[in-house]
Formats: sequence, C-alpha cells, structure tokens
Amino acid sequence: MRFPPWLLSDRAGLVLLAVLAILGIGVPVLNLLVPPDHPLHLTAYTVTLLGKYLCYALLAVSIDLVWGYMGILSLGHAAFFALGGYCFGMYLMRQIGTRGVYGDPVLPDFMVFLNWSKLPWYWHGFDNFGFAALMVLVVPGLLAFVFGWFAFRSRVSGVYLSIITQALTYALMLAFFRNEMGFGGNNGLTDFKDVLGFPLHADGTRIVLFVLSALALAGGYLLCRWLVSTRMGRVLVAIRDSEDRARFLGYRVERVKALVFTLSAMLAAVAGALYVPQVGIINPGEFAPLNSIEAVIWVAVGGRGTLVGAVIGAVLVNYAKTWLTGALPEVWLFALGGLFVAVTVLLPYGLIGLLRRREKAA
Amino acid sequence: MVSRTSFRAGLTGLALLLLTLFAASSVRAADDDALRTLLMQLREADFTEKATLIETLVNMDHPRIAAILGALPESRLYYQEEGDRMVIALGDDAEIAIEDAITGQPLGQVIKRDLDRVRVNNHLRSLIEDRLASLGLSSADPGKRRAAVDAFLRNPKPEGAARLKARLEVESDKKIQELLTAALALVDLASPDPAVRVQAAKALGGWTQPEIRGPLLRVAAEDSDATVREAAKAALAKTEFRLQMLGWAETLFFGLSLGSVLILAAIGLAVTFGVMGVINMAHGELMMLGAYTTWLTQQYLPVNWSLPVAVPLAFLVAALVGIAIERSVIRFLYGRPLETLLATFGISLILQQLVRSIFSPLNRSVATPDWMSGTILLGPLEVTLNRLVIIGFCIAVFALLWLALQRTRLGLEVRAVAQNRAMAKAMGVRSARVDALTFGLGSGIAGVAGVALSQLTNVGPNLGQNYIVDSFMVVVFGGVGNLWGTMVAGLSLGVANKLLEPWSGAVLAKILVLVFLILFIQKRPRGLFPQRGRAAEV
Repeated sequence: MRFPPWLLSDRAGLVLLAVLAILGIGVPVLNLLVPPDHPLHLTAYTVTLLGKYLCYALLAVSIDLVWGYMGILSLGHAAFFALGGYCFGMYLMRQIGTRGVYGDPVLPDFMVFLNWSKLPWYWHGFDNFGFAALMVLVVPGLLAFVFGWFAFRSRVSGVYLSIITQALTYALMLAFFRNEMGFGGNNGLTDFKDVLGFPLHADGTRIVLFVLSALALAGGYLLCRWLVSTRMGRVLVAIRDSEDRARFLGYRVERVKALVFTLSAMLAAVAGALYVPQVGIINPGEFAPLNSIEAVIWVAVGGRGTLVGAVIGAVLVNYAKTWLTGALPEVWLFALGGLFVAVTVLLPYGLIGLLRRREKAA
Repeated sequence: MVSRTSFRAGLTGLALLLLTLFAASSVRAADDDALRTLLMQLREADFTEKATLIETLVNMDHPRIAAILGALPESRLYYQEEGDRMVIALGDDAEIAIEDAITGQPLGQVIKRDLDRVRVNNHLRSLIEDRLASLGLSSADPGKRRAAVDAFLRNPKPEGAARLKARLEVESDKKIQELLTAALALVDLASPDPAVRVQAAKALGGWTQPEIRGPLLRVAAEDSDATVREAAKAALAKTEFRLQMLGWAETLFFGLSLGSVLILAAIGLAVTFGVMGVINMAHGELMMLGAYTTWLTQQYLPVNWSLPVAVPLAFLVAALVGIAIERSVIRFLYGRPLETLLATFGISLILQQLVRSIFSPLNRSVATPDWMSGTILLGPLEVTLNRLVIIGFCIAVFALLWLALQRTRLGLEVRAVAQNRAMAKAMGVRSARVDALTFGLGSGIAGVAGVALSQLTNVGPNLGQNYIVDSFMVVVFGGVGNLWGTMVAGLSLGVANKLLEPWSGAVLAKILVLVFLILFIQKRPRGLFPQRGRAAEV
C-alpha cells in the first residue's frame, strides 16, 4: 500500500489514525468477546460514551477546518450538528411505526398528541434510509451554503460573523422549541426503536454505530487533511492571514469561504447524525449557543489549525466533563470557564502548540 | 354575583376616599357619644327603621362614618357583648381581628361566634351606596367626584340622574363634565322614548369603558326601534375605532418599554465593543450582578429606599468586576477579538456558577417599591408605572452616558482612542488607563441595567444569558461605536417585536426579528449608522 505524501508527512495524523484503528478493532473485541465479568470487559455504556466522544471529535474537526485554517469563528456549528441529528432522528422516528404509545402507523407520537391528522410535507420520504442519509448532508449543507454565500459576499467577517452565526443557532433553537414546527417541540425526537431493522439497544448495533463513528472521524480527518494540503488549503491559510491580500491577488475569497464552510457544516451534520442513534434523543437544547461555543473551546484546547488537536481537545474536555459533572457537578462550570480563559491567555496554540514548543526546545 | 362583587369593590374604594376626607375634620367626644347611641339603635332596629337611621348617619360629621358605612353593607359591623360596644371586623374567618367602630382602635383577635352581626338587606345596601355616591359627587376633590361618577356608571339607576344633572350644572372640571354627560346618556338609553335613546346612543360613542360599551352593545342588538339600533351601531363603530387606536398606542408603549430594556442592556456593550473592539460575552452576567446587588440591598433596606441606593451600588460592583476582568484577562488579548470573545465567555460561565453557588440556583424575587407599582393614566392610556419608570430611567442613563462621553476629559480620551488608537497614544493619551476605565464604564452601565431588569424579570443565574444575544443584535444593528445608533436600534427592535407579537406569537416574533437582523447585516455589514473612517479594514 502506498501512502500519498501529504499523509506521510503528517506524523500526528498517522498516530491518530492508528489509535482510531486500534479503537475500532479493540472496542468491539472488549465488548463482545470478553465475558461481562472479566475486568477488561467494556460495558455498552462505555461504548456509547466513546462513540459520543468520537462524534464530538468530528464536530471539532469541522470547526477547526473553518476556524483554524480559514479564520472564521463560527459560533453556530452546533446548529449544523443538530440539524444533521434531526434529519436522522426523523428517519428513526418513522421507523417506530406502530410501536409508539399511540400506535399510529404513520404519525409520530407527538403529532398524534397534538391532534395532527396527517404528516407535514417535510416529513415525507424520511422513512427511507437513503433519503434521510442524503438529507443529513443536504439540509445543513444548503443552509450553510446560503448563509455563508450571503454573509461572505457582503464581507461580513470577524466578530460580526461570529455574532450572526450565534444568532442563527439561537433563532433555530427558538424555532425548534415551538410545537408548531413539527419536530416534537421541547421534547424533541426520542424513543427510537431500531435502525435498518436492527434494534438500537442491542450491543451489536451499538458496536456498529461506534465503528461507524470511528470511520467517520477517520474519513473526516483525512478529507480535511487532504484539503488543507492542496492548493486550495494554501488559499485558505492566505485568507485567514490576510483576506484582503488574498482577494487582491485574484482569489475569489467568498467562493472559497462558502465552499469550505458548507463542507465543514456537512461534516458537523454527519457527526450529529451518528450522535443521535447512540444517545437516543435529539432536542432543541442541542442548538443552544453554549454548545457551539463549547465545541469551539475543544478546538482551542487541543490547538487550532492542527486538526489532530481538535480531536484531542474534544475527547479530553468531554472526558473531563463526564467525570466532573458526575463527581463534582458544581465545579464543572468553573473548570470550563477557567479553561476558556487559561487556553486563550496562556495557550493560544493549545496542547499541540505546547508539545511542539517542547520538541523545538529539546 | 359578579355585579355584587364589583359593587362592593366600588363601595370600599369610596369608603377609603371618604375616610381620608373625614379624617381632616376634628374629633369631638360629644360626636362619639351621639354616634354610639345611633349605632346601638341601628343594631336593634328593623329594616325600615334602619333606613331612617342610615340617613341620619350619612349626615353626621364624624371621621368614622366612612369606615362604618363601608363595613355595614359587607356585614362587617358587629356588636360585641363583652365590652358592650360596636366593632368592625377586618376579615371573614372564624377568628377575626376587630377594631372599635367609633374610635378605630384595634381590639385584637376574637372568635366570630362571640359577636352579634348588624344585619342589612339589599335595599339598605343600595341605599348606603346611593348616599355615599351623593356625598362623593359634592366633594371638593375632583378625584372623588370622578370616582363617584364611576361608581354610578357601574350601577346606573334612574333615581340618581337628578343628582347628576344638578352636579353637571355646577361642575367646572371639563373631564368630569363629559363623564357626567355620559352617565346621564347611559340613563337615557333606557328611556321609553326612541328619540331620547337615539340621542343617548350618539352621545355614548367613543366611550370605551365596559360599563358603557356593554349596554350599548345590548341596545344595538336588542332594541325594538331600528333607528335606535342603527344609532347604537354607529356609536359602537366609533368606540371600536377608539379601542383600536388605544390598542396601537398600547403596543407602541410596550414596544418602547421593551426597546428601553434592550437599550439599557446594549448601551454598555456599545461602549466596550465600539471603543475597544472587544466582544464582552460576560456583559449579561454583569447585568446579573447588578440585579443581585438590588436583591442584596433589599435585604438590608426598606424596599422603597432600596432602588436609589442599588443603582450606584450596582454600578460600582459591576464596574469593579469589569475593571478586574479587563486588567486580569482582556488586556492580554488586545488585537485578538475572537480570543477575547472566548475568554469573556469563560468568565461569564464562572460568574454564573459563582452566583449559583453563593445564592443558590433558585430565582430570587426582587420587590417592587410602592412608588413603582400600579398603573397610571397617560391620557386615555393606562400604563404600568414600573415600565414607565424604566423608560425614564433608560433616557436618564443614556443622557448621562452621552454627557460623560461628550463633556468630560475621560470621554474625550475614550473617543480619541476609539477613532485612532495609535494617534491618541502619540498625543499622550494613556490608552491602557482609558481601556480599563472604558471597560469599567461599560460594565457599570450593565450593572445599572441589571437594577432595571430586576424590576421586570426573575433574578436568577441565567438572567444574563437571556439578554446577551439580543443586546449584541442591538449593537450590531445600530452600528458599532455609535450611541445614537444603539438607541434607534433598540427602540425599533423593541417596537418591531411587539408589533409582530399579536400577529405571530412571542417566540415567532423573536425568530423573525433575528432572521431580519441576519439578513440586514448581509446588506449593511456595519449597521444602521456605520462609523466612517479611512481604514480599508476595521
């Protein structure tokens, strides 16, 4: 097998891929083949938790692509994540069929509850896996493209862009909270039963979802790594460092930005779509501006503009969150807040930056 | 049942008014004795005799008449055997507080069974009301006369018309004249002569009170004479138009009220964002600190005095916290606005959790002082006083800030740094000091805004979060670094929100405004009133 040069020179990336490969093989083995009473056995809970981290890591990679390489601080990436989640959630919802509380073959429970007589038009087709999977990419991608195209064409940049992306996700959150929207309002979509006929609560399904998450992360990483190593990637960095100069040199800055922003949104959406069947619920809370900003801080912790850093940051911060919210719930927000301050003031290049500095010093 | 309650409420109101009226006159012991005798007679009399006694009672000049006449129809006047005296009960439970009917002296709690009630019937009740009404009509205080006519409107009786007519001839207050005319027309509306009814209906057009609109609606639907029905309908159309106008005015007022809150929340942000290009995500939490300061002052001071103390205190607390944030974090991040955004967001999380740990995650209720509660009439419009005060407060804060920026040395330096930092430095402005003070100023205003918010919403750890997106939108919409822009933006967003609300519902209105803003920024990325400058990049 021959590796392309852009991958060979990326040592950290190779390590990441190796770790993912080990996880992708090791976790199924430890969960399915090791007997439950063995100390090395991984519970289904742990598998789901790890799968969740991998989805977050993919979201972080997508943010790093636009922030680290293109200088766009999006405070609304959780919106694309959640939209992807909702698209796939709609498919899972339709799969429930007559097993819902009200037993309606077509309408999800919450629609029966609201006395709706027929399925809204935008719910049609979501009983088909292929269509739903396509929509996971199309809906957030389209939103990102339209939003990005207009925003970048009018040269909205810097903090203004951050604020309107935040407004976007905030508006979506408010909208999805409304029952009239037809997405389950406050409760969101939940009570899923199975995917493609496989029960979601079965260990096997969970393992497959985990492996898919690992594959998606590896694929997303490779895609971004490849992209930034191309000529296009150089243009991205040029835009980040001096947008006007790149424009004066003749690059169509707004096109590049809109394209990469869309790609990034699609990656976030895939992460969301894989996240939903693993956690079993998607609700409007996922659109909360806090979620987007938290995802940005994962990237900052790991080190932006490195892609690998995004993965490390996402996993580390989320591990800390799982641990702290369980052990010392009051401390978590202090820790997260302190992390924001410490990383921006003391560690502008994140953990990866710290490692590189060590290497140089040595 | 309903009419009885409103009748009683009206009566109590009148009684209170009369109480103050009579409190002015001197108290004489002889009067006390006379009153006592009369009340004792009242206790034993039958209903016919009671009517005569009440007539006497009404004409007595004694400060307690109002209280007694108020208590009598509500069956709260009792005879207490122990002590051989008349008492007024202050409630209606099995065990009630009582006071002496003649002296008003509190007599503690007694068991209701030990008291002997002075009985009245509905005839006596209306008699008392009628007598109280004529007392009110001839009062020297226009407010009381008005209340008397209002009471008549609630329960119009043809036999009261003569009294109203007599009053109308001598009435000098124009408003009360009109009200009297309307009251008389209301009586005429029940006249057997259709021509009189037509005239009455015409006169009643435009009066929005339910007491007038109700009978008019009934006439428009049920009157036997077609011309009367038509006249009533025409009059109602006039009323509807007026109601609609009032509705619009009310929406406008609510819009202005929301707008002033938005301005208060955004104006401090406009200062820090405009001058330093710094996105302070902890701005909402500084408002929260201001609100909690208000709550704390109320723990130590009487509610009526707390707000004037809380305003400077909240300014100080928030300003000090702001300066601390600037000195410890933000100054290391100048020129990196996106990082500042993240760092201040971290600070906002810390502040939220701090408040949650100290004051508990529960909402704290901040009391509204008496002078801010209730409603007042602004022309024909009834508005809540607290919203009005907040609009005034917003104008005052805006004016002070504007003066501070335009007329003080610091303001001059702040503007200089905002326009051209390097040049200002070259001219000897100590920009680090200006930065710290500007940040303190912006934060202090956030604290002051928090005091205002504490009067409108719940004070809890999430107070700031709810306003942060809105206040950014206001700043960006108005144009960064432009106070007037912030003002115009806040007001127009507030009014737009309230105009959309009845049509679309509150949440959708908010979404629509956000979507509009997102689109607007595409069109004019620098807001309504962009700062002009020579730099190609800002």
